[in-house]
Amino acid sequence: MKGLKFILAGILFGIVMSKSEAISWFRIQEMFRFQSFHMYGIIGTAVVLGVIITYVIKKYKLRDFQGNPIIFKPKEKSVSRYLIGGTIFGLGWALTGACPGPLFVNLGHGFWAILLAIGGAIAGTYTYGVVKDRLPH
Amino acid sequence: MLEFISQPWPWYVSGTVIALIMALLLYFGKSFGFSSNLRVICAACGAGKKVSFFDFDWRAQTWNLLFLVGAVIGGFIASEFLSTGEAVQISQATIQDLSQLGISAPDALQPGEIFSLESLFTVKGFLILLLGGFMIGFGSRYAGGCTSGHAISGLSNLQLPSLIAVIGFFIGGLITTFVLLPLIF
Repeated sequence: MKGLKFILAGILFGIVMSKSEAISWFRIQEMFRFQSFHMYGIIGTAVVLGVIITYVIKKYKLRDFQGNPIIFKPKEKSVSRYLIGGTIFGLGWALTGACPGPLFVNLGHGFWAILLAIGGAIAGTYTYGVVKDRLPH
Repeated sequence: MLEFISQPWPWYVSGTVIALIMALLLYFGKSFGFSSNLRVICAACGAGKKVSFFDFDWRAQTWNLLFLVGAVIGGFIASEFLSTGEAVQISQATIQDLSQLGISAPDALQPGEIFSLESLFTVKGFLILLLGGFMIGFGSRYAGGCTSGHAISGLSNLQLPSLIAVIGFFIGGLITTFVLLPLIF
């Protein structure tokens, strides 16, 4: 089954987000209060290794498992959409203590209340799609 | 071994595994970005008939929905088989700050004040999760990505837009933490 590897990668993601406690509201509060290195260590390690991985892939023109070149799409240039959108995202992140991945990992833990936040996130995405052309980008 | 991985993982192990997941998805010919799933879900529910933003070939993104399903299963596995049931070991300073807001010290992974079904059925608890979720969905699509797409994938590719987005994440997070939460609690 072609899709199995994505499920397995997702399972690994769910486990690491749980065992790192990055899905915990408490850890996100601790991060935004700058009272522990834990979350910064996680993101920092991932980014440093990610920079190296991305550099090596580009430098040696590495290919994916099907032999296609691995392409990195540059993000569109803008300030407003990233700053405003990012700020709105951050407001929600600190409130629920979860970003999109952890919303679903928490569901696996049986925190059923998070379904409401997932519903909210889908509604928010839909609303963005509706009003998108009237927003500064 | 099982006992060993059931402990909370140190930050350097966790960060390494996250980078590994990003590398795996690249090797699979995809890219790491979780919030795209929310757009895919809207499109799969037929939103493309009314709103052009959702009128795209969402089936090509099925792999990401499978990743999402895996994330839920991973959470289940972690809580059922890899958990010691210990409280999250956050710093004393955070425990003190939160107690001033009336949020008790951790006795599990999440605060009952927000994640219990009892709080869900209060106006405050209901609005926190609904509006918090709404802003996550709206903001991540507006910014074109969330923590995985910008903070991990984007910063790894040295993208300035991603850095701006991450600065935004922190502006919003600090406003919630130091302005909204004291007003709400």
